[in-house]
Amino acid sequence: MDNALTVPKFRLPGFVAAMGQHLPQWPHALALIAGLNAALAFKLLPAGELATLEDKQFRVRVLDSGGEASFTYRNGRFLPIFRPTREPDLAFAANLSAFLQLLARQEDPDTLFFNRELEITGDTELGLLVKNLLDAVEWPAPPRLGLPLGGR
Amino acid sequence: MTSLPDLVCPAGSLPALKAAVDNGADAVYLGFRNDTNARNFAGLNFDAKTMAEGIRYAHAKGREVLLAINTFPQAGRVGDWHKAVDGAVDVGADAIILADVGLLDYARRKHPQQRLHLSVQGSATSYEAINFCQREFGVRRAVLPRVLTLAQVENVIRNTTVEIEVFGFGSLCVMNEGRCWLSSYACGESPNTVGACSPAKYVKWDKKPGAMETRLNGILIDRFGDDEPAGYPTLCKGRFEVRGETYYALEEPTSLNVLEILPEILKIGVRAIKVEGRQRSPAYVAQVTRTLRAALDALAGGSERYHVRPAWQAELAKVSEGNQATLGAYNRPWR
Ligand code: SF4
Repeated sequence: MDNALTVPKFRLPGFVAAMGQHLPQWPHALALIAGLNAALAFKLLPAGELATLEDKQFRVRVLDSGGEASFTYRNGRFLPIFRPTREPDLAFAANLSAFLQLLARQEDPDTLFFNRELEITGDTELGLLVKNLLDAVEWPAPPRLGLPLGGR
Repeated sequence: MTSLPDLVCPAGSLPALKAAVDNGADAVYLGFRNDTNARNFAGLNFDAKTMAEGIRYAHAKGREVLLAINTFPQAGRVGDWHKAVDGAVDVGADAIILADVGLLDYARRKHPQQRLHLSVQGSATSYEAINFCQREFGVRRAVLPRVLTLAQVENVIRNTTVEIEVFGFGSLCVMNEGRCWLSSYACGESPNTVGACSPAKYVKWDKKPGAMETRLNGILIDRFGDDEPAGYPTLCKGRFEVRGETYYALEEPTSLNVLEILPEILKIGVRAIKVEGRQRSPAYVAQVTRTLRAALDALAGGSERYHVRPAWQAELAKVSEGNQATLGAYNRPWR
């Protein structure tokens, strides 16, 4: 399959994760939330289903970089949570390559889940809703990942 | 030049529909965003606006859109299903895929010109049943349940003028299509009642050190070691203890994959090949559509030189549930 944008499966070395844990969590969280709020601004996410997300807490954990972002959705915006006080309603954990493959729509979350490369814990129904919301987004242009990677 | 069967691909969202069309599907099937279709999951499926846009997109490229209304009307709410049928006609679906005999009758009388397909959920396994639907409701195509052997499919085709569609790839739900109530046993809701098997609100994934447990309404369905592939949390695919042994007592989580017998499927005159998976993402739809398109096109010049390419199998294996593929009932020695 010829695809110039192919993200290969990779794993960052363990020491990167060890380092990541000592970095402040802010940059990850802020970048993610900026992206989500941009999607809101462009009305890419359907209003009806967004209501279900109100006050729910989410956590995205990048296993091999040790990065982690927690956020919530309140009054029509995504907001970071810097010090979560409880377990999130929904948590995703995967290596960076798996998240990139998901973002590039190169792999399907079920595939990654079946192959145990993506971990989803918490409220399953919420998880399914989030997955379907993101699948239904018509990105203005296909997300191009500037990674210098060859095809398979 | 052999005439090829239509490749019919799933779409749970507009991006998935576009992925199917762009990667070579001849037809896309989809459903409304409610319980009139058997993949009624939160956030999935089409509202009026995305449906209209999807149909426009497919038609502009000369592809068909088949609209599935494949659940059974619930008591007191038959009107909702009638409205779905009327809506499907209004929006310009090329065909409506129906399972319920009452709905077939309604559609036939109210919209005599509309092309109707009999859903796999209609569970017609014999040519008598299919010919009955043709005579009574003018059904033009029937989707066969995944329980027939290839010889049985051939026998059906020989004895009917209704077009026959079979499943070519996807997760299996082989138990008793259109009649399975296992999900209701666990949580009171089944595909035929609420449009979803094992609805997510009853599913719990529990990560424990070294293993992940899945429960359906509290019932332990399976426990996966860290290096074991996971499957959908349905009762039929659970591992249970039976007489002191723990194993897949009902069926192994496998995917149906007919690449190997594609030439035979063509030879017996199958009119369309269907891919399962409206609940999957655009990435899956693109991968599977592309692969089956390549395989079908390879057969266009005749079957003598057809051979299954390892790259196709690898692509399909990757997106499969469970770690094995099967020819399902098609090559089963028993009936
Ligand atoms: S329990 Fe299994 S066989 Fe029954 S409807 Fe669900 S997926 Fe199909």
